[in-house]
Amino acid sequence: MSKAILYDATMCIGCKQCEGACAQQNKLPYNDAVAAESIQSAHKYTVVMSKDDKFMRRLCMHCEKPACASVCPVGAFHKTIEGPVVYDVWKCIGCRYCMVACVFAQPKYEWQSLNPRVRKCIMCPDRVVAGKPTACAEICPTGATKFGERDDLINEAKDRIRQNPSNYLNRIYGLNEVGGTSVFIIADKNVEEYGYPASAKIGDTPMPEYTGRVMERIPDFIPVWTLVLGGIYWVSHRRDEVAEAEAEAKKQNGSSK
Amino acid sequence: MKIKLTFWKVVFFVIMALGIYSSFIRYFRGLGAVSNMSDQFPWGLWIGFDCLCGVMLAAGGFCMVGAVYLFNVESLHSVVRPAVLTAFLGYLLFIVGLMFDLGRPWYIWHQLIYRNPHSVMFEVGMCVMIYTTVLFFEFLPNVFERLNWKSPIKWINKIYPILIVLGILLSTLHQSSLGSLYLIMPSKLHPFWYTPALPFFFFASAVAVGLAMTIFESTQSARAFGRHLELPVLVTLGGALLVALWVNALLRFEDFFHRGLLKQIVTPSYEAYFLWLELALAFVIPITMLSFKKIRLSPGGLYLASVFAVLGFITNRLNIALIGFETYVGHHYTPKWTEFSVTLMIIAAGFALFGLAVKYLPIFPEAHAPVKERIRTPAEIGSMRAAPVLHNAGD
Repeated sequence: MSKAILYDATMCIGCKQCEGACAQQNKLPYNDAVAAESIQSAHKYTVVMSKDDKFMRRLCMHCEKPACASVCPVGAFHKTIEGPVVYDVWKCIGCRYCMVACVFAQPKYEWQSLNPRVRKCIMCPDRVVAGKPTACAEICPTGATKFGERDDLINEAKDRIRQNPSNYLNRIYGLNEVGGTSVFIIADKNVEEYGYPASAKIGDTPMPEYTGRVMERIPDFIPVWTLVLGGIYWVSHRRDEVAEAEAEAKKQNGSSK
Repeated sequence: MKIKLTFWKVVFFVIMALGIYSSFIRYFRGLGAVSNMSDQFPWGLWIGFDCLCGVMLAAGGFCMVGAVYLFNVESLHSVVRPAVLTAFLGYLLFIVGLMFDLGRPWYIWHQLIYRNPHSVMFEVGMCVMIYTTVLFFEFLPNVFERLNWKSPIKWINKIYPILIVLGILLSTLHQSSLGSLYLIMPSKLHPFWYTPALPFFFFASAVAVGLAMTIFESTQSARAFGRHLELPVLVTLGGALLVALWVNALLRFEDFFHRGLLKQIVTPSYEAYFLWLELALAFVIPITMLSFKKIRLSPGGLYLASVFAVLGFITNRLNIALIGFETYVGHHYTPKWTEFSVTLMIIAAGFALFGLAVKYLPIFPEAHAPVKERIRTPAEIGSMRAAPVLHNAGD
């Protein structure tokens, strides 16, 4: 079954232990300087932001139909059956189409490297396959980041909102956005205030469909267009052949006279 | 050997020297050091100009091959070879540009083994690769003629119809697919430029630019290589360009109208200024110019109108690739001087290679051997066949 992460901003105390655990899991440097950075980067896959004593976490949303996987010319990204969207660095050619295509702007790049990689949260696929929660969910002291079955977490998010409607906005960010994701956010403030793209703007259509509508026509287009082009060539050159044959005929007539 | 220094040679060597320095920075310090690209702006000048504009500027090849060999418009025959040469060089330089922009260019061949058929980028990559091969074969007769190898020319002439159809098919696919690349970014690209019709616009603009570039390069090489300028050819191309510009302009208007943007377009804003610039250069100025018969029949007027059209569509592609993302990102992107320097080096290399090819290969045949001694391409043979008809008619 597909796994997911539920982040409940109302339970978050901003301790940033998830950031540290993520760095450790992915063998990235983590110290006070990195902790103070408030934007994601090639060395910081997740970030806890604060605003008016409230917190919001940002990480890859692990879309059900990920744009990054659909645009990659060499298929370096793919959605695993367990839920994580993972990256095969050895395939990557560095075109960065994933970065421009992602609506959540999650893939980041090692701009200073001579053999750069795309970096993003990959939802600890090794741990997930082994049946363990992600590093960030395991360490979270308040349960603000919770790991579990996708369907269970959706129900739990709905229950929490239903039981405590005054504590939450009535929305689960990630449930329908771009066709649904594997990270859900419930909060008492709109996620857009923390830099997430607005639901209305990104819509519920899975991103791969935008290019898929054109790409799926190509197999039909190729034979039809080849025939049209070949036909034009045949017709326009047929005139020459006819003219030549007529000239030939005329020549023979002329010589027989 | 004594090298005579002219102004343009000095410019060329300065551009090359700076370009080599920038290339060094690129490969030994990384993309971060050589460019102003960032996680917010992962695609910069190199994608915007070298790739999007480069492929568009090389469209003259398939336009002229289509006109002369597919539609059998023999009057344009003299411009096919330079157009194919420009296209071949254009695609080679596009690949060179890609080697700078890709983060791991040494893995570019991964496209061939880790194929992702859902990716527009994959389709563009494959088309460009095969089309460059097709252009190589379309270009080869120049070399064979120069070496006076007759049997390979016969062999190429036999497969020429296949090359022509394949080349135009591949061009249709990847010229439009460069626009499809942006279809997946509806929430990022500004609505002035994001439209489901992007693939159609990219193809339509490539045809217009193909015509304009052929006028530009014919005039330019006539000037540079002291060739006789064939005015009737330019006039034919100019007429076709006027039609192509009108088609493009009407399609764009139709699109703005359908998406209810007409009011927003005339309201001043950062994006509107760039859109106005683009529309003025690509449509208003050249269409107005070419509407006057006096300009349409003069080499200078045709040249100027083509330059405006080319600049206009370059602005269009840069707007799509760069300006259209600035509001989403929230800040401006200005290329670093080293990015400009690499782009300039690639352009300069293109001009130099064109010059060398013209000098050593029968690109402009009349400059080399008399027509009779040359081995003929299929269309020429076609026109030769027509000649006896006229000759006999007088008997």
